[in-house]
Amino acid sequence: MSNDVQIFIQQVIIGLTTGGYLALIALGYTMVYGIIELINFAHGDLFALGFFISLVLFKAVDAPRPLEGPWLIIVLPLVFLVTMLLTGGLNMLIDRVAYRPLRRAPRLAPLLTAVGMSFVLEALYAIWQGPGQINYPQYFPRMNILRDTLQLDTFILFSSKDIFLFAVTIPLVIGLTLFIDRTRMGKAMRACAQDREAAAMMGINVNRVIAITFFIGGALAGAAGTVWGLYLNTGRFLMGFEAGLMAFTAAVLGGIGNVRGAVLGAFVIGMVKAISDGYISSGWTRVVIFGTLILLLVFRPSGILGSTQGIEKV
Amino acid sequence: MGSIARSWSQLPRVVRIVIALFVIVFAPIIIKQIELITNFGLLTQINRALIYVVLALGLNIVVGFAGLLDLGYAAFFAIGAYTFGLLTWPTHEIGTPFFIALWVCAAVAAVFGILIGTPTLRLRGDYLAIVTLAFGEIIPTAVRNMSNVTIRIGPWTLLDGFNMTNGSQGLVPLGKPDFGWFEQIFHLEPGTLRVGVDPTFWYFVIVMMAVLVLFVARRLEDSRLGRAWKAIREDETAADFMGVDPIRTKLLAFALGASFSGLAGVVFASMLGAIFPDLFRFQVSIFLLIIVVLSGMGNVLGVLIGGLIISLFDGVFLAQVLPPLFPDVDVQQLRWVFFGIGLLLIMVFRPQGLFPVGQGKRRPAFLDIKREPEQLSAEADAGIKMKGAG
Repeated sequence: MSNDVQIFIQQVIIGLTTGGYLALIALGYTMVYGIIELINFAHGDLFALGFFISLVLFKAVDAPRPLEGPWLIIVLPLVFLVTMLLTGGLNMLIDRVAYRPLRRAPRLAPLLTAVGMSFVLEALYAIWQGPGQINYPQYFPRMNILRDTLQLDTFILFSSKDIFLFAVTIPLVIGLTLFIDRTRMGKAMRACAQDREAAAMMGINVNRVIAITFFIGGALAGAAGTVWGLYLNTGRFLMGFEAGLMAFTAAVLGGIGNVRGAVLGAFVIGMVKAISDGYISSGWTRVVIFGTLILLLVFRPSGILGSTQGIEKV
Repeated sequence: MGSIARSWSQLPRVVRIVIALFVIVFAPIIIKQIELITNFGLLTQINRALIYVVLALGLNIVVGFAGLLDLGYAAFFAIGAYTFGLLTWPTHEIGTPFFIALWVCAAVAAVFGILIGTPTLRLRGDYLAIVTLAFGEIIPTAVRNMSNVTIRIGPWTLLDGFNMTNGSQGLVPLGKPDFGWFEQIFHLEPGTLRVGVDPTFWYFVIVMMAVLVLFVARRLEDSRLGRAWKAIREDETAADFMGVDPIRTKLLAFALGASFSGLAGVVFASMLGAIFPDLFRFQVSIFLLIIVVLSGMGNVLGVLIGGLIISLFDGVFLAQVLPPLFPDVDVQQLRWVFFGIGLLLIMVFRPQGLFPVGQGKRRPAFLDIKREPEQLSAEADAGIKMKGAG
């Protein structure tokens, strides 16, 4: 293969992996927006929290690097589980304190509290873990599959970590879609997304449904943060802001409120980011992504797959 | 608070103006005395606070009057400051005089306000907020990257490797206002005013700008345009039916708000003598929004007082008084915890802000918490019963 093709394939791999963790974050945005029409500004910061909590947990159990044997089979899933429970629980708590009192307020009021919440969380992370770049040790064993395992003559890097990333994100995304499509709670969530008042009249406990939505969104963001840490091995207290905006762009791209759309949008944004990083310049990537967001909202606010929300145009 | 405000408004206008002038002129003298005891650079902080007040008054037009949530207002501030930078940075050899650049920059900022407003103002409130936020992220990033601009159109090369903004190193030094004529008229020795160095000099420049902006904002508030803004804010559909053109009215709010921040950007850039992309981050937009929301949206005098209090709380209390008292804690990091919690508490418990708009003037409808239907029907029942009893 020529070098150009190899470079292109490498960018596609990077784009897909970026899309993988963005999808987990975008799902939280789209679910919350689908039900209470709130752009949960603090959502990206739960992703950062997942990063920090899993890091602290790994350090607390004094995990070997790389993880091996029972560590890989038992401790790694446990860390994921605890992190997801904690970030999900915190997201539920945030909803209870900051958004539920404003449920009947016009929609800009909770948006402002969400911005306030985001700043509080970011400042607390900076105090907790310091404002600099944080090193997340290489816990996950890294093997270059194409060159070392398969003995191919290529410089494309496709490692065990890439497989791990998809092994975490794909089951979670499929699990969530099944949960929403097949379970009673999923049905209640869809009902609330269509018409909250009617759902309440049908005997659905709307506040409980919203709390569970926040829990699931937070847990997925926590998983994304852990994946990011294990995959990229570095992070910062502000990482949630940037990733959150990208994931929100992805959710809008796919049609906000639309779960499958959010996943599709995340992969599109991941590719856009990788192509821009690789072929334009990483300095301009923010401009490219936010420019996409603006153009998208202006020309097609209902996204690619169409949103479940009727976008009012008055 | 209310009684002071009432007795103030009962004073004759001339007396009020004289008192205000008196305060403005003697404030630096008193502050100089305080500075002898403390070591805060208090006058510099007050200058900074007044610039934030001007910015907040501009944002108040957009958010408070017209009810459009703008999360990227710092972008217009950056555009004002950087246009001034382009016009006066010595390397560019343009050397525009300060007082011409001032109006050019305000106009450029207003044009950008219209440019970003035209396609986006049809969007619903929270989508507009995100678009403005994205715009606020794009501008500093673009500025950081424009240290090597090459523009080619077909065979013609317009710019080749042109260092427009000097990237993250920023533009240093920048132009200062020229008051040579003032010294000549009054036969002062050149350099008496210590233009651009002395905080007292900047104090008077900034106060002049603040008074101008305050005057414009007050006049706008009850003008035909101001009433149109409020009508749009309360109910866009109804306002449209009453003959208010929503797009034109909103665009004017965006353009006027942007021009205020363009003015502030020029004075800010010239006072600092240096600008960097990092000065115009998202945090600045949120800080200004906090001033407007905490002070009571749509209230011009509230924003003036609230802006002074909050900026001084930030610049003096958090940055200079607290750190020596708590040497072990990094107060600067706690700064956003204070502001974030402040924003949260205000939105949950006192959405009308600290200085709500007085009686007879309605606060923005998007802050009204709708009453529960049960409560409304209970009131209706009570009304019927009272009628029955009567």
